[in-house]
Amino acid sequence: MNRPIRVLVAKPGLDGHDRGAKVIARALRDAGMEVIYTGLRQTPEQIVEAAIQEDVDVVAMSILSGAHNTLFPKVVNLLKERGVTDRLIVGGGVIPDDDIPFLIQSGVEAIFTPGTSTKDVVEFITTHVKRQ
Amino acid sequence: MYEKDKLDKILSSYQKWEENKIVKLIEKFPERKKTFTTGSGIEVKRLYTPLDIKDMDYEEEIGYPGQYPFTRGVQPTMYRGRLWTMRQYAGFATAEESNKRYKYLLEQGQTGLSVAFDLPTQIGYDSDHPLSEGEVGKVGVAIDSLKDMEILFDGIPLDKVSTSMTINAPASVLLAMYIAVAEKQGVSSDKLRGTIQNDILKEYIARGTYIFPPEESMRLITNIFEYCSKHVPQWNTISISGYHIREAGSTAAQEVAFTLADGIAYVEAAINAGLEVDEFAPRLSFFFNAHNDLFEEVAKYRAARRLWAKIMKERFNAKSEKSMQLKFHTQTAGSTLTAQQPDNNIVRVAIQTLAAVLGGTQSLHTNSRDEALALPTEDSVMIALRTQQIVAYESGVTETIDPLAGSYYVESLTDKIEKEAMEYIKNIDNLGGATKAIETGYIQKEIQNSAYKYQMQIESGERIVVGVNKFKVEEEQKKEILKVDPQVEIVQKKKLQKLRQERDNVRVNEAIATLTEKAKTNENLMPYILDAVKAYATLGEICGALREVFGEYQQSVIL
Repeated sequence: MNRPIRVLVAKPGLDGHDRGAKVIARALRDAGMEVIYTGLRQTPEQIVEAAIQEDVDVVAMSILSGAHNTLFPKVVNLLKERGVTDRLIVGGGVIPDDDIPFLIQSGVEAIFTPGTSTKDVVEFITTHVKRQ
Repeated sequence: MYEKDKLDKILSSYQKWEENKIVKLIEKFPERKKTFTTGSGIEVKRLYTPLDIKDMDYEEEIGYPGQYPFTRGVQPTMYRGRLWTMRQYAGFATAEESNKRYKYLLEQGQTGLSVAFDLPTQIGYDSDHPLSEGEVGKVGVAIDSLKDMEILFDGIPLDKVSTSMTINAPASVLLAMYIAVAEKQGVSSDKLRGTIQNDILKEYIARGTYIFPPEESMRLITNIFEYCSKHVPQWNTISISGYHIREAGSTAAQEVAFTLADGIAYVEAAINAGLEVDEFAPRLSFFFNAHNDLFEEVAKYRAARRLWAKIMKERFNAKSEKSMQLKFHTQTAGSTLTAQQPDNNIVRVAIQTLAAVLGGTQSLHTNSRDEALALPTEDSVMIALRTQQIVAYESGVTETIDPLAGSYYVESLTDKIEKEAMEYIKNIDNLGGATKAIETGYIQKEIQNSAYKYQMQIESGERIVVGVNKFKVEEEQKKEILKVDPQVEIVQKKKLQKLRQERDNVRVNEAIATLTEKAKTNENLMPYILDAVKAYATLGEICGALREVFGEYQQSVIL
């Protein structure tokens, strides 16, 4: 690895539950990655803009309001529209199992639900990151 | 609490017991761990004895229920007089559907309502705002105007129920809508009972549904205090909340400390706005979390009551005992629920219920087993409510007041949590108060550190969560979880469109223009918000007008 993996930790939607996002951000940083956290209430457009501006390798989104089926795919599609297809996109939050196949199919490559160990997230990102 | 020669005797017998019974035994059979701690990391000793509370003055520190410093409870007879209010937080989709759920809950023996609003409502956006996309009706009911509120409470007599509304930044608007609905039912505002959360400081700290900057938010809050003291005297004007602070990962002592520090900031703001402390302080209420560590939680509630009483008496010179009483609502801890083996959550909630009741709560929401997966189904809500009823009617813990008082462990833990919280409050005072401590990120950082530590303890196996890092099974998620129909967003948008066409738009524009003008003055805004609400101005229009004048809060992102 010639440079650290850069990750955008993002909170799409309106919910303010950022405990998970912040714990993940810190765990990724402790694992040697460079982490940028967007703060709350980001629109898909803002997230995509930040991902491009910050030239991140990974976009990790967290949502706990139930709006994941709308907002996660939107971020993936907006990135595609901007011609960006080589980034790893993952998501997490209170997400029912039933919704996961749809999200994976939409281009979110992993969904981490409550109880996931941060080690598993680190490992997934390290082994699945596309650009290095 | 004990005579000196008695204590000397206990000390020597205690030492003997350790020498004779413990030292050799643990050489051969070591204890399970080197150090034992509470859920929040306070070290727990092997045994507590009178030695641990030897300096405690019963009259001053523990005392009697209904009497300063209220350690044992705020009412003189507590649950012997009346049980706590069983209040399940609910609301989803449209006002019509939520109205049905409320009626169902009332039929099941629930004694108060608790309204959950969707996120657009909580942040002051109408359902057709671009940021509302995907969020309408998801985590609560969507309310765009008085029309929705009329439907929400249709057939529910507002002079008979008490209603708690989890609403903060736009609390003044939702309260105005409630008053307006009551008026239509022929119920005058002085008969209304209930609570608005109205606690903006913890939104900046932990919950995230802020709109305006601190100063303007504090103005709206003190406007409400003043208005209600005159017109809605039975209304609890704020619910100062530690719940979300704890959910964000704080310890029990931090929950007490940061909540009471916020409380201090509200009292100061109201005094600075010219209000008399004993005029508004009796209407302040609190909201705490209930976690799994039973004794620590009970100690937490007791410590919070004692500390608040002292603060109100000593720091703010309150004269009325009502101003010194910390009344609180409790909700069991959402963050302790696991997505794995969700039925186990029923047991966690039962323990947390016991903690809240042994701690003397005034009202309680019990979480449902499936809330780590989605909003609860009706079946799950029923079990959660039944859990409260079983504790209330079968467990026997309600028959005497504050039954854990006098436990060497609980009393010493109560003391410890109070002292730790006082330390934090001192630090916050040194930083210039809660608002400043939030702006600099001090409080958020402290909470984040605790949250991270907790997570690492789970991952290292130092802390066991049954079903998550021990006793795991392969399982498939149950299919019955509540899903909000995406149609709700479309329906709500159509309703809004229709409203905008049918209402008297001249009257709306006038009301909004007046509100905008008054927002620039020092006048109390409540009457103007009420006018706008009655003209069927939408929540988004009212908050939009205030956004224009007040600006919006920019979160300081701290990692």
